Amino acid sequence: MARKIATRDAYGDALVRLGERNADIVVLDADLAKSTKTIKFKERFPERFFDMGIAEADMMGTAVGLAASGKIAFASTFAIFATGRAWEQIRNSICYTNLNVKIAASHAGIAVGPDGSSHQSIEDIALMRVIPNMKVIVPADGVETAKAVTALVETSGPAYLRLGRSAVPAIYDEGFEFRIGRASVLREGSDVSIIATGTMVHVALSAAEALAGDGINARVLNMSTIKPIDAGAITAAAVETGAIVTAEEHNVIGGLGSAVAEIVCETSPAPVVRVGIRDCFGRSGEADELMAVYGLTRESIVDAAREVLSRKAVTK
Amino acid sequence: MDFDKSLISTLEERARTIRYDVIRMLTMARSGHPGGSLSCADIVAALYFHVMRHDPRVPTWPDRDRFLMSKGHCAPTWYAALARAGYFPAQWLDSLRKIDSPLQGHPDMLKTPGVEMSSGSLGQGLSIANGMALAARLDGRDSRVYVLLGDGEIQEGQVWEAAMTSAHRKLDNLCAVVDNNGLQIDGRVDEIKSLGSIPTKWESFGWNAIEIDGHSMREILGAFERARSIKGRPTVVIARTIKGKGVSFMENVVDYHGVAPTDKECVNALAELDRA
Repeated sequence: MARKIATRDAYGDALVRLGERNADIVVLDADLAKSTKTIKFKERFPERFFDMGIAEADMMGTAVGLAASGKIAFASTFAIFATGRAWEQIRNSICYTNLNVKIAASHAGIAVGPDGSSHQSIEDIALMRVIPNMKVIVPADGVETAKAVTALVETSGPAYLRLGRSAVPAIYDEGFEFRIGRASVLREGSDVSIIATGTMVHVALSAAEALAGDGINARVLNMSTIKPIDAGAITAAAVETGAIVTAEEHNVIGGLGSAVAEIVCETSPAPVVRVGIRDCFGRSGEADELMAVYGLTRESIVDAAREVLSRKAVTK
Repeated sequence: MDFDKSLISTLEERARTIRYDVIRMLTMARSGHPGGSLSCADIVAALYFHVMRHDPRVPTWPDRDRFLMSKGHCAPTWYAALARAGYFPAQWLDSLRKIDSPLQGHPDMLKTPGVEMSSGSLGQGLSIANGMALAARLDGRDSRVYVLLGDGEIQEGQVWEAAMTSAHRKLDNLCAVVDNNGLQIDGRVDEIKSLGSIPTKWESFGWNAIEIDGHSMREILGAFERARSIKGRPTVVIARTIKGKGVSFMENVVDYHGVAPTDKECVNALAELDRA
Protein backbone atom coordinates (compact mmCIF):
# COMPACT_ATOMS: atom_id res chain seq x y z
CA MET A 1 0.00 0.00 0.00
CA ALA A 2 1.17 3.45 -0.91
CA ARG A 3 1.49 6.14 1.75
CA LYS A 4 -1.30 8.48 2.75
CA ILE A 5 -1.34 11.44 0.38
CA ALA A 6 -3.68 14.30 -0.56
CA THR A 7 -5.11 14.01 -4.05
CA ARG A 8 -3.89 17.57 -4.77
CA ASP A 9 -0.32 16.43 -4.17
CA ALA A 10 -0.77 13.50 -6.51
CA TYR A 11 -2.17 15.92 -9.09
CA GLY A 12 0.89 18.19 -8.91
CA ASP A 13 3.23 15.22 -9.28
CA ALA A 14 1.22 13.82 -12.20
CA LEU A 15 1.37 17.15 -14.04
CA VAL A 16 5.16 17.18 -13.86
CA ARG A 17 5.45 13.56 -14.96
CA LEU A 18 3.09 14.10 -17.92
CA GLY A 19 4.62 17.46 -18.75
CA GLU A 20 7.98 15.75 -19.30
CA ARG A 21 6.65 13.74 -22.22
CA ASN A 22 3.93 16.02 -23.58
CA ALA A 23 5.00 19.54 -24.55
CA ASP A 24 1.40 20.52 -25.30
CA ILE A 25 0.43 20.49 -21.64
CA VAL A 26 0.05 23.97 -20.17
CA VAL A 27 -1.08 24.82 -16.65
CA LEU A 28 -2.89 27.87 -15.32
CA ASP A 29 -3.61 28.87 -11.77
CA ALA A 30 -5.29 31.81 -10.04
CA ASP A 31 -2.84 32.71 -7.29
CA LEU A 32 -3.17 29.42 -5.47
CA ALA A 33 -0.37 27.42 -7.05
CA LYS A 34 1.15 26.53 -3.70
CA SER A 35 -2.17 25.17 -2.48
CA THR A 36 -3.36 23.42 -5.64
CA LYS A 37 0.19 22.04 -6.11
CA THR A 38 0.50 23.31 -9.66
CA ILE A 39 3.63 24.99 -8.29
CA LYS A 40 5.39 21.71 -8.98
CA PHE A 41 4.71 22.16 -12.69
CA LYS A 42 5.61 25.85 -12.49
CA GLU A 43 9.03 25.03 -11.06
CA ARG A 44 9.77 22.45 -13.76
CA PHE A 45 8.18 24.17 -16.77
CA PRO A 46 7.94 27.90 -16.04
CA GLU A 47 7.36 28.79 -19.69
CA ARG A 48 4.27 26.59 -19.82
CA PHE A 49 2.81 27.84 -16.55
CA PHE A 50 0.57 30.89 -16.29
CA ASP A 51 -0.36 32.41 -12.98
CA MET A 52 -3.39 34.48 -13.87
CA GLY A 53 -3.65 36.26 -10.55
CA ILE A 54 -6.91 36.42 -8.65
CA ALA A 55 -9.07 36.28 -11.75
CA GLU A 56 -10.82 32.94 -12.22
CA ALA A 57 -13.02 33.97 -15.13
CA ASP A 58 -10.00 35.33 -17.00
CA MET A 59 -8.09 32.14 -16.23
CA MET A 60 -10.80 29.99 -17.80
CA GLY A 61 -10.90 32.20 -20.89
CA THR A 62 -7.13 32.15 -21.30
CA ALA A 63 -7.21 28.36 -20.99
CA VAL A 64 -9.81 28.32 -23.76
CA GLY A 65 -7.58 30.34 -26.08
CA LEU A 66 -4.63 28.06 -25.39
CA ALA A 67 -6.76 24.95 -25.97
CA ALA A 68 -8.17 26.39 -29.19
CA SER A 69 -4.56 26.65 -30.36
CA GLY A 70 -3.84 22.97 -29.71
CA LYS A 71 -2.73 22.99 -26.08
CA ILE A 72 -3.99 20.71 -23.34
CA ALA A 73 -4.86 23.26 -20.68
CA PHE A 74 -5.17 22.44 -16.98
CA ALA A 75 -6.77 25.26 -14.98
CA SER A 76 -6.56 25.04 -11.21
CA THR A 77 -7.84 26.91 -8.22
CA PHE A 78 -10.07 26.05 -5.27
CA ALA A 79 -13.22 24.17 -6.24
CA ILE A 80 -15.56 26.85 -4.95
CA PHE A 81 -14.01 29.52 -7.18
CA ALA A 82 -13.42 27.33 -10.23
CA THR A 83 -16.94 26.02 -10.44
CA GLY A 84 -18.83 28.87 -8.81
CA ARG A 85 -17.17 32.11 -9.84
CA ALA A 86 -16.37 30.91 -13.34
CA TRP A 87 -19.37 28.64 -14.00
CA GLU A 88 -20.69 30.49 -16.98
CA GLN A 89 -17.24 30.75 -18.57
CA ILE A 90 -16.95 26.98 -18.16
CA ARG A 91 -20.40 26.47 -19.63
CA ASN A 92 -20.17 28.78 -22.63
CA SER A 93 -16.48 28.93 -23.50
CA ILE A 94 -15.24 25.48 -22.45
CA CYS A 95 -18.10 23.00 -22.69
CA TYR A 96 -20.12 24.54 -25.51
CA THR A 97 -16.93 24.65 -27.58
CA ASN A 98 -15.94 21.15 -26.36
CA LEU A 99 -12.35 22.35 -26.01
CA ASN A 100 -9.53 20.55 -24.30
CA VAL A 101 -9.61 22.34 -20.94
CA LYS A 102 -9.31 20.36 -17.74
CA ILE A 103 -10.50 22.09 -14.61
CA ALA A 104 -8.59 20.52 -11.75
CA ALA A 105 -9.85 22.04 -8.54
CA SER A 106 -8.53 21.41 -5.08
CA HIS A 107 -9.93 22.05 -1.60
CA ALA A 108 -13.25 20.53 -2.59
CA GLY A 109 -15.70 19.57 0.14
CA ILE A 110 -15.99 20.47 3.76
CA ALA A 111 -12.65 19.10 4.93
CA VAL A 112 -11.04 22.36 3.80
CA GLY A 113 -11.47 22.98 7.50
CA PRO A 114 -10.77 26.17 9.44
CA ASP A 115 -11.15 28.50 6.43
CA GLY A 116 -14.88 27.97 6.86
CA SER A 117 -17.92 27.93 4.67
CA SER A 118 -16.85 30.52 2.08
CA HIS A 119 -14.11 28.11 1.02
CA GLN A 120 -15.98 24.82 1.41
CA SER A 121 -17.28 23.68 -1.94
CA ILE A 122 -20.29 21.42 -1.46
CA GLU A 123 -22.05 22.19 -4.74
CA ASP A 124 -19.31 21.72 -7.34
CA ILE A 125 -20.22 18.21 -8.51
CA ALA A 126 -23.78 19.36 -9.15
CA LEU A 127 -22.66 22.52 -10.93
CA MET A 128 -20.30 20.66 -13.22
CA ARG A 129 -22.34 17.60 -14.03
CA VAL A 130 -25.30 19.53 -15.43
CA ILE A 131 -23.21 20.96 -18.27
CA PRO A 132 -23.27 19.02 -21.56
CA ASN A 133 -19.86 17.70 -22.75
CA MET A 134 -18.42 17.87 -19.23
CA LYS A 135 -16.83 14.86 -17.56
CA VAL A 136 -16.66 14.82 -13.75
CA ILE A 137 -14.04 12.77 -11.94
CA VAL A 138 -13.52 12.49 -8.19
CA PRO A 139 -10.50 10.34 -7.39
CA ALA A 140 -10.38 8.46 -4.11
CA ASP A 141 -6.63 8.40 -3.52
CA GLY A 142 -3.25 9.39 -4.91
CA VAL A 143 -2.90 6.45 -7.28
CA GLU A 144 -6.30 7.02 -8.79
CA THR A 145 -5.59 10.75 -9.11
CA ALA A 146 -2.39 10.11 -11.05
CA LYS A 147 -4.14 7.67 -13.35
CA ALA A 148 -7.09 10.01 -13.82
CA VAL A 149 -4.82 12.89 -14.84
CA THR A 150 -3.13 10.60 -17.37
CA ALA A 151 -6.52 9.54 -18.71
CA LEU A 152 -7.60 13.16 -19.03
CA VAL A 153 -4.51 14.00 -21.07
CA GLU A 154 -5.31 11.08 -23.36
CA THR A 155 -9.00 12.00 -23.68
CA SER A 156 -9.90 15.14 -25.57
CA GLY A 157 -12.54 17.53 -24.27
CA PRO A 158 -13.55 19.29 -21.07
CA ALA A 159 -13.33 17.65 -17.68
CA TYR A 160 -13.65 18.53 -14.03
CA LEU A 161 -11.26 16.84 -11.61
CA ARG A 162 -12.26 17.22 -7.97
CA LEU A 163 -9.36 17.18 -5.54
CA GLY A 164 -9.11 17.37 -1.78
CA ARG A 165 -6.91 19.25 0.63
CA SER A 166 -6.29 16.55 3.24
CA ALA A 167 -4.27 13.38 2.95
CA VAL A 168 -6.41 10.29 2.35
CA PRO A 169 -5.52 6.61 2.89
CA ALA A 170 -4.39 4.66 -0.15
CA ILE A 171 -7.09 2.52 -1.74
CA TYR A 172 -5.26 1.26 -4.79
CA ASP A 173 -1.84 -0.06 -5.66
CA GLU A 174 0.00 0.89 -8.82
CA GLY A 175 -1.48 -2.03 -10.74
CA PHE A 176 -4.95 -0.44 -10.66
CA GLU A 177 -6.41 0.15 -14.09
CA PHE A 178 -8.41 3.40 -14.22
CA ARG A 179 -10.97 4.02 -16.92
CA ILE A 180 -13.10 7.14 -17.21
CA GLY A 181 -16.73 6.14 -16.71
CA ARG A 182 -16.05 2.85 -14.96
CA ALA A 183 -16.77 2.27 -11.29
CA SER A 184 -14.64 -0.19 -9.40
CA VAL A 185 -16.01 -2.76 -6.98
CA LEU A 186 -13.73 -2.63 -3.93
CA ARG A 187 -15.62 -5.21 -1.93
CA GLU A 188 -18.16 -7.78 -3.01
CA GLY A 189 -21.42 -8.09 -1.13
CA SER A 190 -25.01 -9.10 -1.62
CA ASP A 191 -27.09 -7.41 1.11
CA VAL A 192 -26.56 -3.74 0.34
CA SER A 193 -24.37 -1.60 -1.91
CA ILE A 194 -22.45 1.41 -0.68
CA ILE A 195 -21.59 3.64 -3.60
CA ALA A 196 -19.04 6.25 -2.56
CA THR A 197 -16.86 8.85 -4.18
CA GLY A 198 -13.68 10.74 -3.31
CA THR A 199 -12.85 11.07 0.37
CA MET A 200 -15.82 8.91 1.36
CA VAL A 201 -14.52 5.77 -0.36
CA HIS A 202 -12.20 4.74 2.47
CA VAL A 203 -14.93 5.62 4.96
CA ALA A 204 -17.31 3.36 3.05
CA LEU A 205 -14.82 0.49 3.22
CA SER A 206 -14.54 0.98 6.95
CA ALA A 207 -18.34 1.01 7.28
CA ALA A 208 -18.54 -2.23 5.30
CA GLU A 209 -16.14 -3.80 7.79
CA ALA A 210 -18.37 -2.70 10.66
CA LEU A 211 -21.47 -4.05 8.92
CA ALA A 212 -19.72 -7.36 8.29
CA GLY A 213 -19.30 -7.69 12.05
CA ASP A 214 -23.09 -7.72 12.27
CA GLY A 215 -23.42 -10.23 9.48
CA ILE A 216 -24.38 -7.65 6.85
CA ASN A 217 -22.58 -8.23 3.61
CA ALA A 218 -22.04 -4.86 1.91
CA ARG A 219 -20.76 -4.29 -1.60
CA VAL A 220 -18.57 -1.19 -1.91
CA LEU A 221 -18.22 0.68 -5.16
CA ASN A 222 -15.90 3.57 -5.88
CA MET A 223 -17.82 5.80 -8.28
CA SER A 224 -14.91 8.02 -9.21
CA THR A 225 -16.47 9.11 -12.46
CA ILE A 226 -19.69 10.94 -11.67
CA LYS A 227 -20.18 11.74 -15.36
CA PRO A 228 -20.42 9.79 -17.57
CA ILE A 229 -21.69 7.64 -14.74
CA ASP A 230 -21.34 3.86 -14.75
CA ALA A 231 -25.03 3.04 -15.12
CA GLY A 232 -24.27 -0.64 -15.52
CA ALA A 233 -22.58 -0.90 -12.15
CA ILE A 234 -25.40 1.03 -10.47
CA THR A 235 -28.10 -1.13 -12.05
CA ALA A 236 -26.21 -4.28 -11.09
CA ALA A 237 -25.96 -3.04 -7.50
CA ALA A 238 -29.68 -2.25 -7.41
CA VAL A 239 -30.71 -5.58 -8.91
CA GLU A 240 -28.21 -7.80 -7.08
CA THR A 241 -28.27 -6.19 -3.62
CA GLY A 242 -31.66 -4.45 -3.69
CA ALA A 243 -30.58 -1.52 -1.50
CA ILE A 244 -28.15 1.34 -2.01
CA VAL A 245 -26.36 3.85 0.18
CA THR A 246 -24.47 6.69 -1.44
CA ALA A 247 -21.70 8.59 0.31
CA GLU A 248 -20.11 11.86 -0.75
CA GLU A 249 -18.43 14.92 0.74
CA HIS A 250 -20.93 17.14 -1.07
CA ASN A 251 -24.47 18.37 -0.75
CA VAL A 252 -26.93 15.46 -1.04
CA ILE A 253 -28.67 17.59 -3.67
CA GLY A 254 -27.23 17.25 -7.15
CA GLY A 255 -24.15 15.19 -6.45
CA LEU A 256 -23.36 11.48 -6.45
CA GLY A 257 -26.49 10.55 -4.53
CA SER A 258 -28.68 12.32 -7.04
CA ALA A 259 -26.81 10.84 -9.98
CA VAL A 260 -27.20 7.32 -8.58
CA ALA A 261 -30.87 7.87 -7.75
CA GLU A 262 -31.53 9.06 -11.30
CA ILE A 263 -30.21 5.79 -12.70
CA VAL A 264 -31.86 3.59 -10.09
CA CYS A 265 -35.26 5.22 -10.64
CA GLU A 266 -35.05 4.77 -14.38
CA THR A 267 -33.65 1.28 -14.59
CA SER A 268 -34.26 -0.76 -11.46
CA PRO A 269 -36.10 0.95 -8.59
CA ALA A 270 -34.64 0.10 -5.19
CA PRO A 271 -34.42 2.08 -1.97
CA VAL A 272 -31.56 4.61 -1.86
CA VAL A 273 -30.31 6.51 1.18
CA ARG A 274 -27.89 9.36 0.61
CA VAL A 275 -25.09 10.18 3.01
CA GLY A 276 -23.77 13.67 2.45
CA ILE A 277 -24.15 17.23 3.60
CA ARG A 278 -27.84 17.87 4.26
CA ASP A 279 -28.27 21.02 2.20
CA CYS A 280 -26.60 23.39 4.63
CA PHE A 281 -23.46 25.51 4.73
CA GLY A 282 -20.37 24.44 6.62
CA ARG A 283 -18.31 26.30 9.23
CA SER A 284 -14.80 26.54 10.61
CA GLY A 285 -13.24 23.60 12.39
CA GLU A 286 -10.72 20.84 11.89
CA ALA A 287 -11.40 18.47 9.03
CA ASP A 288 -12.22 15.46 11.18
CA GLU A 289 -14.48 17.55 13.41
CA LEU A 290 -16.37 18.83 10.40
CA MET A 291 -16.73 15.38 8.88
CA ALA A 292 -18.27 14.24 12.17
CA VAL A 293 -20.55 17.26 12.63
CA TYR A 294 -21.92 16.96 9.10
CA GLY A 295 -22.42 13.21 9.24
CA LEU A 296 -19.68 12.10 6.89
CA THR A 297 -18.56 9.18 9.01
CA ARG A 298 -18.43 5.43 9.18
CA GLU A 299 -21.31 5.50 11.67
CA SER A 300 -23.48 7.56 9.32
CA ILE A 301 -22.95 5.06 6.54
CA VAL A 302 -23.65 2.14 8.86
CA ASP A 303 -26.87 3.81 10.02
CA ALA A 304 -27.85 4.56 6.45
CA ALA A 305 -27.24 0.92 5.52
CA ARG A 306 -29.50 -0.27 8.33
CA GLU A 307 -32.17 2.21 7.29
CA VAL A 308 -32.08 1.22 3.65
CA LEU A 309 -32.11 -2.45 4.61
CA SER A 310 -35.27 -1.90 6.65
CA ARG A 311 -36.93 -0.36 3.62
CA LYS A 312 -35.71 -3.16 1.42
CA ALA A 313 -37.51 -5.58 3.75
CA VAL A 314 -40.69 -3.53 3.44
CA THR A 315 -40.37 -3.43 -0.32
CA LYS A 316 -40.02 -7.18 -0.66
CA MET B 1 -0.33 56.84 -43.70
CA ASP B 2 -1.07 56.72 -47.36
CA PHE B 3 -3.18 53.97 -48.77
CA ASP B 4 -3.91 53.22 -52.35
CA LYS B 5 -7.17 54.79 -53.47
CA SER B 6 -8.35 51.64 -55.17
CA LEU B 7 -7.65 49.59 -52.02
CA ILE B 8 -9.78 51.98 -49.99
CA SER B 9 -12.65 51.91 -52.46
CA THR B 10 -12.46 48.12 -52.73
CA LEU B 11 -12.69 47.75 -48.95
CA GLU B 12 -15.52 50.29 -48.76
CA GLU B 13 -17.37 48.24 -51.32
CA ARG B 14 -16.76 45.10 -49.21
CA ALA B 15 -18.21 46.86 -46.18
CA ARG B 16 -21.24 47.91 -48.22
CA THR B 17 -21.78 44.29 -49.30
CA ILE B 18 -21.55 43.14 -45.68
CA ARG B 19 -24.17 45.70 -44.65
CA TYR B 20 -26.38 44.60 -47.52
CA ASP B 21 -26.02 40.96 -46.42
CA VAL B 22 -26.69 41.85 -42.79
CA ILE B 23 -29.99 43.58 -43.61
CA ARG B 24 -31.14 40.70 -45.84
CA MET B 25 -30.11 38.04 -43.30
CA LEU B 26 -31.81 39.70 -40.37
CA THR B 27 -34.98 40.37 -42.32
CA MET B 28 -35.20 36.71 -43.33
CA ALA B 29 -34.34 35.57 -39.82
CA ARG B 30 -37.02 37.87 -38.32
CA SER B 31 -34.75 38.46 -35.34
CA GLY B 32 -31.20 39.52 -34.55
CA HIS B 33 -29.09 42.60 -33.94
CA PRO B 34 -28.76 45.10 -36.77
CA GLY B 35 -27.40 48.14 -34.91
CA GLY B 36 -24.06 46.77 -33.74
CA SER B 37 -23.69 44.59 -36.82
CA LEU B 38 -23.79 47.69 -39.00
CA SER B 39 -21.50 49.76 -36.75
CA CYS B 40 -18.62 47.27 -37.01
CA ALA B 41 -18.94 46.41 -40.71
CA ASP B 42 -16.06 48.63 -41.87
CA ILE B 43 -13.67 47.24 -39.24
CA VAL B 44 -14.52 43.62 -40.06
CA ALA B 45 -14.24 44.28 -43.80
CA ALA B 46 -10.78 45.81 -43.33
CA LEU B 47 -9.61 42.82 -41.28
CA TYR B 48 -10.88 40.06 -43.55
CA PHE B 49 -10.13 41.67 -46.91
CA HIS B 50 -6.79 43.33 -46.22
CA VAL B 51 -5.29 43.26 -42.74
CA MET B 52 -5.38 39.62 -41.69
CA ARG B 53 -3.30 36.73 -42.98
CA HIS B 54 -5.74 33.91 -43.54
CA ASP B 55 -6.75 31.32 -46.10
CA PRO B 56 -10.46 30.46 -46.48
CA ARG B 57 -9.49 27.15 -48.10
CA VAL B 58 -7.62 26.14 -44.93
CA PRO B 59 -9.58 27.64 -42.03
CA THR B 60 -7.38 25.86 -39.46
CA TRP B 61 -4.02 26.92 -40.95
CA PRO B 62 -1.87 27.18 -37.80
CA ASP B 63 -0.07 30.33 -38.93
CA ARG B 64 -3.24 32.28 -39.65
CA ASP B 65 -4.17 35.48 -37.86
CA ARG B 66 -7.23 35.07 -35.64
CA PHE B 67 -10.34 37.18 -35.34
CA LEU B 68 -12.74 36.84 -32.42
CA MET B 69 -16.15 38.48 -32.24
CA SER B 70 -16.41 38.97 -28.51
CA LYS B 71 -19.63 40.93 -29.02
CA GLY B 72 -21.18 37.77 -30.39
CA HIS B 73 -24.60 39.25 -31.14
CA CYS B 74 -23.00 40.93 -34.15
CA ALA B 75 -22.42 37.52 -35.71
CA PRO B 76 -24.23 38.49 -38.96
CA THR B 77 -21.34 40.81 -39.87
CA TRP B 78 -18.85 38.03 -39.23
CA TYR B 79 -20.88 35.53 -41.24
CA ALA B 80 -21.20 37.93 -44.15
CA ALA B 81 -17.45 38.59 -44.17
CA LEU B 82 -16.66 34.88 -43.95
CA ALA B 83 -19.08 34.02 -46.76
CA ARG B 84 -17.78 36.77 -49.04
CA ALA B 85 -14.18 35.73 -48.23
CA GLY B 86 -15.02 32.19 -49.32
CA TYR B 87 -15.26 30.22 -46.08
CA PHE B 88 -18.71 28.92 -47.02
CA PRO B 89 -21.34 29.50 -49.73
CA ALA B 90 -23.14 32.83 -49.59
CA GLN B 91 -26.48 30.98 -49.78
CA TRP B 92 -25.88 29.88 -46.19
CA LEU B 93 -26.53 33.47 -45.13
CA ASP B 94 -30.22 32.97 -45.93
CA SER B 95 -30.46 30.34 -43.20
CA LEU B 96 -29.33 32.54 -40.28
CA ARG B 97 -31.00 31.56 -36.99
CA LYS B 98 -33.13 28.86 -38.63
CA ILE B 99 -33.38 25.31 -37.33
CA ASP B 100 -30.56 23.15 -38.76
CA SER B 101 -28.62 26.23 -39.90
CA PRO B 102 -24.82 26.26 -39.54
CA LEU B 103 -25.24 29.96 -38.75
CA GLN B 104 -26.43 30.18 -35.17
CA GLY B 105 -27.87 33.32 -33.59
CA HIS B 106 -24.54 33.75 -31.85
CA PRO B 107 -21.21 32.38 -33.17
CA ASP B 108 -20.61 28.64 -32.81
CA MET B 109 -17.10 27.47 -33.74
CA LEU B 110 -18.25 23.87 -34.09
CA LYS B 111 -20.86 24.71 -36.72
CA THR B 112 -19.39 27.45 -38.88
CA PRO B 113 -16.12 27.33 -40.84
CA GLY B 114 -13.94 30.33 -40.05
CA VAL B 115 -15.59 31.07 -36.73
CA GLU B 116 -12.57 30.91 -34.44
CA MET B 117 -14.48 30.95 -31.20
CA SER B 118 -18.01 30.66 -29.94
CA SER B 119 -19.35 33.73 -28.19
CA GLY B 120 -22.56 35.40 -27.18
CA SER B 121 -22.08 35.75 -23.48
CA LEU B 122 -20.32 39.10 -23.31
CA GLY B 123 -16.95 39.84 -21.78
CA GLN B 124 -15.12 36.61 -22.51
CA GLY B 125 -13.40 37.22 -25.85
CA LEU B 126 -10.39 39.18 -24.65
CA SER B 127 -9.35 36.44 -22.21
CA ILE B 128 -9.60 33.89 -25.00
CA ALA B 129 -7.67 36.13 -27.39
CA ASN B 130 -4.94 36.37 -24.73
CA GLY B 131 -4.76 32.58 -24.62
CA MET B 132 -4.39 32.45 -28.39
CA ALA B 133 -1.70 35.13 -28.33
CA LEU B 134 0.17 33.22 -25.62
CA ALA B 135 -0.09 29.99 -27.63
CA ALA B 136 1.33 31.73 -30.70
CA ARG B 137 4.24 32.97 -28.60
CA LEU B 138 4.86 29.51 -27.13
CA ASP B 139 4.86 27.98 -30.59
CA GLY B 140 7.06 30.69 -32.09
CA ARG B 141 4.42 31.73 -34.62
CA ASP B 142 4.04 35.32 -35.77
CA SER B 143 0.24 35.10 -35.94
CA ARG B 144 -1.70 38.11 -34.72
CA VAL B 145 -4.95 37.99 -32.80
CA TYR B 146 -7.75 40.52 -33.27
CA VAL B 147 -10.73 40.74 -30.95
CA LEU B 148 -13.76 42.98 -31.37
CA LEU B 149 -15.52 44.24 -28.24
CA GLY B 150 -18.62 46.35 -27.82
CA ASP B 151 -18.47 49.51 -25.73
CA GLY B 152 -21.36 48.29 -23.60
CA GLU B 153 -19.51 44.99 -23.32
CA ILE B 154 -16.57 46.55 -21.53
CA GLN B 155 -18.84 47.05 -18.52
CA GLU B 156 -18.14 43.35 -17.89
CA GLY B 157 -15.47 42.94 -15.22
CA GLN B 158 -13.77 40.05 -16.98
CA VAL B 159 -12.71 42.41 -19.75
CA TRP B 160 -10.53 44.28 -17.25
CA GLU B 161 -9.15 41.09 -15.73
CA ALA B 162 -8.14 40.19 -19.26
CA ALA B 163 -6.82 43.67 -20.03
CA MET B 164 -4.43 43.28 -17.11
CA THR B 165 -3.31 39.91 -18.44
CA SER B 166 -2.57 41.23 -21.95
CA ALA B 167 -0.49 44.09 -20.60
CA HIS B 168 1.25 42.05 -17.91
CA ARG B 169 2.30 39.49 -20.50
CA LYS B 170 3.22 42.17 -23.06
CA LEU B 171 1.04 40.67 -25.77
CA ASP B 172 2.01 42.88 -28.68
CA ASN B 173 0.67 40.23 -31.06
CA LEU B 174 -2.80 41.11 -29.83
CA CYS B 175 -5.03 43.94 -30.98
CA ALA B 176 -8.41 44.70 -29.43
CA VAL B 177 -11.00 46.90 -31.09
CA VAL B 178 -13.77 48.64 -29.17
CA ASP B 179 -16.78 49.38 -31.35
CA ASN B 180 -17.67 52.60 -29.59
CA ASN B 181 -21.17 53.23 -30.93
CA GLY B 182 -22.36 54.68 -27.63
CA LEU B 183 -25.54 52.62 -27.27
CA GLN B 184 -26.51 49.46 -25.45
CA ILE B 185 -29.83 47.62 -25.18
CA ASP B 186 -31.33 49.76 -22.44
CA GLY B 187 -30.13 53.09 -23.76
CA ARG B 188 -27.08 55.31 -24.04
CA VAL B 189 -23.95 53.79 -22.50
CA ASP B 190 -23.33 57.15 -20.80
CA GLU B 191 -26.68 56.91 -19.04
CA ILE B 192 -26.68 53.23 -18.16
CA LYS B 193 -23.16 53.00 -16.74
CA SER B 194 -20.74 55.54 -18.10
CA LEU B 195 -17.28 54.42 -19.15
CA GLY B 196 -15.53 57.73 -18.58
CA SER B 197 -12.57 58.13 -20.88
CA ILE B 198 -12.23 54.83 -22.72
CA PRO B 199 -8.67 55.42 -23.98
CA THR B 200 -7.53 56.63 -20.55
CA LYS B 201 -8.88 53.46 -18.97
CA TRP B 202 -7.02 51.20 -21.38
CA GLU B 203 -3.84 53.27 -21.14
CA SER B 204 -3.93 53.04 -17.37
CA PHE B 205 -4.11 49.26 -17.78
CA GLY B 206 -0.87 49.38 -19.76
CA TRP B 207 -2.21 49.40 -23.28
CA ASN B 208 -1.39 51.48 -26.30
CA ALA B 209 -4.66 53.16 -27.27
CA ILE B 210 -5.51 54.54 -30.69
CA GLU B 211 -8.70 56.52 -31.34
CA ILE B 212 -10.15 56.57 -34.83
CA ASP B 213 -13.26 57.22 -36.84
CA GLY B 214 -14.48 53.64 -37.17
CA HIS B 215 -16.13 54.35 -40.52
CA SER B 216 -13.03 55.83 -42.19
CA MET B 217 -11.31 53.00 -44.02
CA ARG B 218 -8.07 55.00 -44.13
CA GLU B 219 -8.10 55.50 -40.37
CA ILE B 220 -8.96 51.84 -39.76
CA LEU B 221 -6.07 50.59 -41.90
CA GLY B 222 -3.74 53.15 -40.37
CA ALA B 223 -4.64 52.04 -36.85
CA PHE B 224 -3.99 48.38 -37.60
CA GLU B 225 -0.62 49.25 -39.17
CA ARG B 226 0.38 51.27 -36.13
CA ALA B 227 -0.78 48.50 -33.82
CA ARG B 228 1.45 46.04 -35.63
CA SER B 229 4.48 48.29 -35.15
CA ILE B 230 3.98 48.78 -31.40
CA LYS B 231 6.19 46.37 -29.46
CA GLY B 232 6.09 45.33 -25.84
CA ARG B 233 2.43 46.06 -25.15
CA PRO B 234 -0.98 45.36 -26.61
CA THR B 235 -2.91 47.91 -28.64
CA VAL B 236 -6.57 48.79 -28.44
CA VAL B 237 -8.25 50.61 -31.29
CA ILE B 238 -11.16 52.66 -30.02
CA ALA B 239 -13.35 53.08 -33.03
CA ARG B 240 -15.95 55.83 -32.80
CA THR B 241 -18.87 54.45 -34.72
CA ILE B 242 -22.55 55.01 -35.37
CA LYS B 243 -24.91 52.27 -34.35
CA GLY B 244 -26.97 51.28 -37.40
CA LYS B 245 -24.44 52.98 -39.73
CA GLY B 246 -25.48 53.02 -43.38
CA VAL B 247 -29.23 52.80 -42.87
CA SER B 248 -30.48 56.30 -42.02
CA PHE B 249 -33.55 55.28 -40.04
CA MET B 250 -31.50 52.89 -37.90
CA GLU B 251 -28.61 55.25 -37.16
CA ASN B 252 -28.31 56.05 -33.45
CA VAL B 253 -31.70 54.48 -32.73
CA VAL B 254 -31.37 52.33 -29.65
CA ASP B 255 -34.32 50.10 -30.50
CA TYR B 256 -32.45 48.68 -33.50
CA HIS B 257 -29.98 47.04 -31.14
CA GLY B 258 -31.97 43.84 -31.23
CA VAL B 259 -34.94 44.24 -33.56
CA ALA B 260 -34.85 42.91 -37.11
CA PRO B 261 -36.05 45.06 -40.00
CA THR B 262 -39.54 44.47 -41.36
CA ASP B 263 -39.90 43.58 -45.05
CA LYS B 264 -40.71 47.20 -45.87
CA GLU B 265 -37.78 48.50 -43.82
CA CYS B 266 -35.57 45.99 -45.57
CA VAL B 267 -36.53 47.32 -49.01
CA ASN B 268 -35.83 50.88 -47.89
CA ALA B 269 -32.56 49.94 -46.23
CA LEU B 270 -31.27 48.05 -49.25
CA ALA B 271 -32.24 50.94 -51.51
CA GLU B 272 -30.20 53.28 -49.32
CA LEU B 273 -27.22 50.95 -49.39
CA ASP B 274 -27.56 50.69 -53.19
CA ARG B 275 -27.33 54.45 -53.49
CA ALA B 276 -24.40 54.73 -51.06
